[in-house]
Amino acid sequence: MGFLFTFFLLPLFNLAQTSTQTPVGGGDTGQYEQTFRFQNYIDAFVENKEQFGRSFLYAIIATVLALAIAYPLAYAIAFKGGKLKNFMLVLVVAPFFTSFLLRTIAWKQILGEEGFVVPTLRTFGIISESTTLTSSAFAVVAGMTYNFLPFMTLPLYASIDRIDPRTLEASGDLYANGFTTFRKVTLPLSMPGVVAGTLLTFIPAAGDYVNAAILGSPQTKMLGNVIESRYFKIVDYPTAAALSFTLMAAILILVTVYVRKAGTEELV
Amino acid sequence: MKKLSRWFGRNLIRIYAVVAFTYLFIPVAYTFAFSFNDSGKSNLVWKGFTLSNWQNPCGAPEICSALGNSVKIGFLATLFSTILGTMIAFALGRHKFKGRSTTNLLIFLPMATPEIVLGASLLSLFLVFKINPGFWPTVIAHVLFCISFVVVTVKARIASLDPRLEQAAMDLYANERETFRRVTLPLVAPGIAAAALLAFSLSFDDFIITNFNSGTMTTFPKFVYTSAARGIPAQANVIGSSMFFLALAIVVIGQFVGRKRKVS
Repeated sequence: MGFLFTFFLLPLFNLAQTSTQTPVGGGDTGQYEQTFRFQNYIDAFVENKEQFGRSFLYAIIATVLALAIAYPLAYAIAFKGGKLKNFMLVLVVAPFFTSFLLRTIAWKQILGEEGFVVPTLRTFGIISESTTLTSSAFAVVAGMTYNFLPFMTLPLYASIDRIDPRTLEASGDLYANGFTTFRKVTLPLSMPGVVAGTLLTFIPAAGDYVNAAILGSPQTKMLGNVIESRYFKIVDYPTAAALSFTLMAAILILVTVYVRKAGTEELV
Repeated sequence: MKKLSRWFGRNLIRIYAVVAFTYLFIPVAYTFAFSFNDSGKSNLVWKGFTLSNWQNPCGAPEICSALGNSVKIGFLATLFSTILGTMIAFALGRHKFKGRSTTNLLIFLPMATPEIVLGASLLSLFLVFKINPGFWPTVIAHVLFCISFVVVTVKARIASLDPRLEQAAMDLYANERETFRRVTLPLVAPGIAAAALLAFSLSFDDFIITNFNSGTMTTFPKFVYTSAARGIPAQANVIGSSMFFLALAIVVIGQFVGRKRKVS
């Protein structure tokens, strides 16, 4: 416990402290003193409004897409997996064993100018000669969707697998068609998995900067990219700290609202 | 025709699963295929088949020292986080103590914090204490984010234990230590093993937190990231693919051993 306290709470406290510092007058770059300047937050936010909005927009789209792709997959594993269930679960996790950076870069090359996808689409006239797939918002969102898909699939599987198939039969016996059964029985019963999966996808996606760095362009920069460059390139610690805090606060607020709405508080 | 469409309708979800798995594995297959590319410096275009990358995985400069660092960090982070996490899991799963819900919250929070915030806040702590980022700060950072996953995994296993097994051991005159050593621990062991495997793969693959706390030391993900701009050597694909098969083998063997035990 002491460990968690020292290396989790203390750093957060420290980060809070850094976030209100200002540069030492006449000092070197990278030197800061504590002046409790809360204006830092407002400055940081106003300067990076765009990236802020983009981070949340991309993360939300990626989460929704991942949910749409993962739900049928988890459903298939849980109800149609049969003897292959465990094997299929291993398959879901297996891509993790190759470094995610390598996988993201693989996508960049597959979708890039030298890959086979772009020329094929061009010959069939689906995209124009000048359109590229990488260095675009599309690529960033697709990369995030791909990378977080297992995080979405596993909790979904866990809660769908717990559904007693007899409840679905019962619903059918009561003259509900497939769609109604899904909407009234399957979906509500799998809600805990939906909530857990979306959180596990949304939180890392909102703070991600690797997908945007590899698959994106300067026009798709996310908040993570700004924080990273503030830390390493500009050595502007207070702004980076303020941005980190704002990001965390925004995520916490969104998550709280979402969890309340979804009505499964026992999760947290 | 009608038959065909009916078969299609019935198996739609199975077909979907196959498509989804294909999607998941495209980049893995790509990485594996391009590990055989006779590429020279940049591994962008297919130039011809060769085994030389597999025969000489350390051929690219710095790649094996980066890999070595990753393995060392992964091993230490796994060791510490598994020991600490298992102890916390037992405390949470078995005892009612003051501050239990606070502890639960403290375990949950690092998982709910974006990696970049964790990385940045640890870096600012190290900077304040004038600790230079490097090997040990990275290990500490990795233990921090692995520990929560270990606790959650082991706790789930402890919760699923039948308490009557321990009572039975006690009834047979085993004292508390013996019961723990001969009954509880063996029963929880698969959970601990799974947690350790998870911790290692999280640590090995971590880039964001490592990037903040490692200073000039390179790890394998850092190596891949920095060399992405000028083209990744095919040796990186070799290492990525070997990790994939190694981990898969461990999981398969683990399942096999688990099944054998159940039978006997």
